Amino acid sequence: MKEQHEHTKARKYGMVIDLDKCTGCGACMAACMAENNVPFKKDESDKLLSITWMRVYKLTNGKKFPEADICYLPRPCMHCEGEHGHAPCVSVCPAVATDYSHETGIVSQVYTRCFGCRYCMAACPYHARYFNWWDPVWPDGMEKYLSPNVSPRMRGVVEKCSFCFHRHQLAMNKAYIEGRRKLEEHEYQTACTQACPAGAIIFGDLNNPGHAVTQIAKPDHKHGGRPMNPHAFRLLERLGTNPKVYYLSSREWVKRAGDNYIENES
Amino acid sequence: MSTSDDKAKEVSAEADVSAEAVDEVETASPPKVNEKKQDNGGLGFIILFFIIGLVGSLAVGWWIFPKLLYSQKKQPIDFNHVLHVGTVEEGCESCHYFREDGSFSGVPKLAQCVDCHEEVMGEDPEELKFVEEYVAKGKEVPWLIYSRQPDSVFFSHAAHIKMGKVDCVICHGYIGESTHSRVYEENRFTGYSRDIWGKNIAGLKKNTWDRMKMDDCAECHAENRAVPKTVETLPWPISWMPRPYEKPASSQIRVHIEKDACFVCHK
Repeated sequence: MKEQHEHTKARKYGMVIDLDKCTGCGACMAACMAENNVPFKKDESDKLLSITWMRVYKLTNGKKFPEADICYLPRPCMHCEGEHGHAPCVSVCPAVATDYSHETGIVSQVYTRCFGCRYCMAACPYHARYFNWWDPVWPDGMEKYLSPNVSPRMRGVVEKCSFCFHRHQLAMNKAYIEGRRKLEEHEYQTACTQACPAGAIIFGDLNNPGHAVTQIAKPDHKHGGRPMNPHAFRLLERLGTNPKVYYLSSREWVKRAGDNYIENES
Repeated sequence: MSTSDDKAKEVSAEADVSAEAVDEVETASPPKVNEKKQDNGGLGFIILFFIIGLVGSLAVGWWIFPKLLYSQKKQPIDFNHVLHVGTVEEGCESCHYFREDGSFSGVPKLAQCVDCHEEVMGEDPEELKFVEEYVAKGKEVPWLIYSRQPDSVFFSHAAHIKMGKVDCVICHGYIGESTHSRVYEENRFTGYSRDIWGKNIAGLKKNTWDRMKMDDCAECHAENRAVPKTVETLPWPISWMPRPYEKPASSQIRVHIEKDACFVCHK
């Protein structure tokens, strides 16, 4: 491991989502599904059974007309680091089908190892994990539109956002033939980042001070990656999951909604 | 697995047969004439049938079963590597090259072949067939890929060739020295080439290119420390590892596999 670290400093890919910019259009969800061969069903009315690696939630402040406010919150996998890679889902997986990469900071999901016990789904506080209750059925001819870079999942396994890890693999390929082991910021971007028309999603390496994510979120690595930007927050910060997706909002109620707070709690 | 199952079934079937046969012999022979001799004869039959059963089941397991398991397919065109390597300028890389985006061309597409084969160049009937059936009609050749992996596998030629400096031969063998395309044997159950499991039905291998299973990848990774060194201390294949975390510190051998090892090659 030491040898590897000498020529490649560990990266820590993360995301900043500006909730003040998000219009809730859902382009990120659509792009994500198309990019990652996410299966769908004929009847998608039961949202509990839908698979959405990236999902836009609607938050409301619960107030009456003049003060009524809403906020859309896109939620990918948070790729929690926990303490030294001890993500909630990783700790409970009995099959090592999911794991935390210290090289990229990405929480993997290996479908061929997963046997569908769904401990990880129970452990994930963000509902970022989904179970395949059925084998995917693509409408006639649609198999031809599937991405060959992402393997389709079978019935009985759990899947989740991978930060478009296949894009990382492909970008690394290009770097390798050019004799590099490092990626430029633009070389590896997720599908949702590129699809967002408002530019609300920013993706990059949180260990690289040159990347926009680091400059905006200003993660304090000494204190579990807490953002030093006063407008930035993370979901359920108090759980100590140390997620790598940061949210930005200038609205106080949105920031509060990001954590599981008790009414009238100071 | 299935071979041993078959064998077991075969053996039990033979045993039944031999038991019946012994009964018949006993009833057919005249009653109470030299009982001792008859016993010896029965034992002899049992041994004989056991041997026949054993040989039979071995034949089924080692010879008939693999024949049934794999279908034999011919490549659409009998390709002569030696001839091509001698003609092209840059050796293997003339056809099997890296693209600018880092992807590997693998088996060339028709467009690649047409660069030279727009017209028939030689007198080989295979070439004539190729030009008439594929080039003239603009149809891709449906080559059968010996090394095709399941779609859950991510293999980076760039990482291995450019960074790892692995020779093509390590995985693909001396295919560049072949004058004919060998028969493509497809596993009737899985649809994958026999090259993945290996020629040897027991799964034994002599050369690095004899098999292309996950354990073969893992073996080489362990040897070359592409995955941290401790993997090689494992007495079993890496795929058997239940949980790649560290063993208690008291244990003399610290077993620690790179935690994200799976996601390097799986997608």
